[in-house]
Amino acid sequence: MKFDTPATTNPIDQMKIVGKPTNRIEGPLKTTGTAPYAYERHDVAANQAYGYVVGSAIAKGRIASMNLDEARAAPGVIAIVTADNAGKLAKGDFNTAKLLGGPDIEHYHQAIALVVADSFEQARAAASLVRVEYARGKGAYDLAAAIDTAIKPKASFGTEPDSAVGNFAAAFAAAPVQIDARYTTPDHSHAMMEPHASIAAWEGDKLTVWTSNQMIAWSVGDMAKTLGIPKENIRFDSPYIGGGFGGKLFNRADVLLAALGAKAAKRPVKVALPRPLMINNTTHRPATIQRVRLGATADGKLTAIGHESWSGDLPGGGPETAVAQTRLLYAGENRMTAMRLAVLDLPEGNAMRAPGEAPGLMALEIAVDELAEKLGIDPIALRVLNDTQVDPEKPSRPFSQRQLNKCLETGADKFGWSKRAKPGATRDGRWLVGMGVAAAFRNNLNGPSAARVRLAKSGVVTVETDMTDIGTGTYTIIAQTAAEMMGVPLDKVAVKLGDSAFPVSAGSGGQWGANSSTAGVYAACVKLREAVVQKLGLASDAVFAGGKVKAGRRSVALGDAAADGELVAEDKMEYGDLAEKFQQSTFGAHFVEVGVDAMTGEIRVRRMLAVCAAGRILNPKAARSQVIGAMTMGAGAALMEELAVDKRFGFFVNHDLAGYEVPVHADIPHQEVIFLDEADPTTSPMKAKGVGELGICGVAAAVANAVYNATGVRVRNYPITLDKLLGKLPDMV
Amino acid sequence: MQTPEEYELSRRGVLVGGAASVATVTMVPIGTAAAATPPAKSPPTAKVAFEVNGTARELELDTRTSLLDALREHLHLTGTKKGCDHGQCGACTVIVDGRRINSCLTLAVMHEGEKITTIEGLGTPDKMHAMQDAFVTHDGYQCGYCTPGQICSAVAVLDEIKAGVPSHVTADLGAAPAVTKVELRERMSGNICRCGAYSNIIDAITDVAGVKA
Repeated sequence: MKFDTPATTNPIDQMKIVGKPTNRIEGPLKTTGTAPYAYERHDVAANQAYGYVVGSAIAKGRIASMNLDEARAAPGVIAIVTADNAGKLAKGDFNTAKLLGGPDIEHYHQAIALVVADSFEQARAAASLVRVEYARGKGAYDLAAAIDTAIKPKASFGTEPDSAVGNFAAAFAAAPVQIDARYTTPDHSHAMMEPHASIAAWEGDKLTVWTSNQMIAWSVGDMAKTLGIPKENIRFDSPYIGGGFGGKLFNRADVLLAALGAKAAKRPVKVALPRPLMINNTTHRPATIQRVRLGATADGKLTAIGHESWSGDLPGGGPETAVAQTRLLYAGENRMTAMRLAVLDLPEGNAMRAPGEAPGLMALEIAVDELAEKLGIDPIALRVLNDTQVDPEKPSRPFSQRQLNKCLETGADKFGWSKRAKPGATRDGRWLVGMGVAAAFRNNLNGPSAARVRLAKSGVVTVETDMTDIGTGTYTIIAQTAAEMMGVPLDKVAVKLGDSAFPVSAGSGGQWGANSSTAGVYAACVKLREAVVQKLGLASDAVFAGGKVKAGRRSVALGDAAADGELVAEDKMEYGDLAEKFQQSTFGAHFVEVGVDAMTGEIRVRRMLAVCAAGRILNPKAARSQVIGAMTMGAGAALMEELAVDKRFGFFVNHDLAGYEVPVHADIPHQEVIFLDEADPTTSPMKAKGVGELGICGVAAAVANAVYNATGVRVRNYPITLDKLLGKLPDMV
Repeated sequence: MQTPEEYELSRRGVLVGGAASVATVTMVPIGTAAAATPPAKSPPTAKVAFEVNGTARELELDTRTSLLDALREHLHLTGTKKGCDHGQCGACTVIVDGRRINSCLTLAVMHEGEKITTIEGLGTPDKMHAMQDAFVTHDGYQCGYCTPGQICSAVAVLDEIKAGVPSHVTADLGAAPAVTKVELRERMSGNICRCGAYSNIIDAITDVAGVKA
């Protein structure tokens, strides 16, 4: 099915099941420990051996020699895989560095060997006996020092590194009120709870992997390329994924090494990345240095908007697209953005939840707060004043929907924004209290997505698609979609996900999953409805409701259409040019109240509210969870998350969950989320958009602005830790 | 400011080979690296018997096997999760003789005769424990990987409060601690949820505790 004209009325609009805050259908499995994650599939292949990964101890250079004798002789060892004996391996299209390094080393903890043994304990012990001599090379590890070497990168995903409208330089110079500030965001780690893990088994030349992966079709293709075998010979199965956040978009060392290990050991092999290896072995959100320049009239109209960002990556990598939102978020006649990319020999930079916007808004939305203060205008009023209903670079192109102002105003009312005082003026015992606000913005993306639906005699509808559920609620919203379309209750729908044998979906990333994958299910259900009507000899305008199909005076049980055998329909939703005609984006406003200890500078988040406008909300319960989870990650980015770079040896020092601090229960207060009523007919028949990444966009800046409001101390280098406040806090009375 | 050469003698410098262009980088004590290859000997094993979810289990294990791996790899009770294997995340929380512990930080053979309760022992999809049910109702999870640990911890936390065990945030050590959100957040802070379901998890626990905290 091709979606090329805005949706009109369709069965989803009934909203009898879609749009309801249904509990997750897989909830009983997850809460009882019976949902099977990758490393736990004891039942899928007999005689599984254990692989343990050895990571490079240098960041750049080469392996001079490897001595495997001791490791080979260790108890239980079956095989050892290295680049030397693995055969020819290509690099996957989605990987910047090779998944198996050697003799050249591209980054610290790049995998260089897999030791396979009968037990985990034996594999781990033997891995420590692999003797490696390295010839260390010179690398670049310091973004600030490399900034002068940064170059203009090539366009990626159709986005040019530079943009310019009007005459920014002249308009900024002429602006009576200016902000020109530099901000830094550090490297961040996804730190999902389930380590990357895979079990691999070969049957002849056919490979099956049970893994934890967000994008099944991409990863099957990359695995085929890496191994040099046809992708038809590879099956991926990933029904449960213990968190991804972008860290499981692509194949990592676990899946390749499990496949190579299984080949070498001639039996199935399971591999999980040890937690202390994950941060340097896999991808991370790259650090940025950003310069934001805002020029405004005395009454607050933006006349010049400039945003530049510098980031680094391995050779062949790409920039963190931190200026993306600045091209669309506010009005202003004269604009410029630019991204520059330096070569850094740190581990591979790549997508993490809301790549671009998450760090970009961390800077831009502080700058807007600074401008509001300089102008003496309320920061909400300033944002409302500079709203635009059209693409500021191309005014003939409207936003499909844009309720940013309503998000801000609704939130202000709900949060008690009018009680916000001037900086440093609100005390609650030992706490300095402040409120902050920031806009949330993230584009809506749609991707082609296919599904197969089966109707059984029992009336049960089964959906099959390679779409993944990474905690996002996919199982449930797909079941809701199929139930609404086929007129059956939710418990008459079964959903099977994550198997590459199923039709190819959009996958989970870029907050495109919910709308895209349910639209694919919608398309397949339209076909199934046609097949049912034809089979039962009913009029084409038959109504599907209550487990029955009704046309005229006839009412037939849905399952009767499958009386002589299962009915199967498959279709794919594809998209025309509506996303070019209309700018499809999601909007929100984050409100945060913090307390800052007047003596110690300790920062506590006291209240959080998000108001979101993101199209039709398919399941308000799961969508709210996406947003509160993203708010939590945003609070982490604001206050604690930072990969500490060892600039001498080129690695992230705090590479485990003790050193890389993420928010815990004690850091997070009760969180509120409000969804504005919306349905966007330009996005798909579902009229939905994404929320999973919108939720993190702007949160950290709202925290930063709240800290400023509490203390009068403006911190522009994340994370905002107490050492950056000490010595600057208001005098104690 | 030190130059890289001046770091040469730091512990990290020794481990990663300092400024030498070629260096042996392994984590064994100095002196053993040059030793002759030892003959492969089977690792020592030991028998251990304990009760898991009310059933007597007896295992012969490599003595290095953690309680977590004994449950997951030997008994195939995979509801208990390995998130870090270093006691940093709480995903492996189980209840042993009434107390919650990180099962990754303890060897299986240390638990002779003890009673171990895992997530599978609390309830099943058809007969869920009240805490499991509350997590579903309040959407106290997303990806589900930390969830068994959160639930085991939550069940044990309510027992700890009931037993009068104080926490870091208990204001009055002489009085019985109350089930408040502040107490729950403090006591649950060893269980990380990267999906960020904390707000909902606290709602689930207070629901089970029957309080409006």
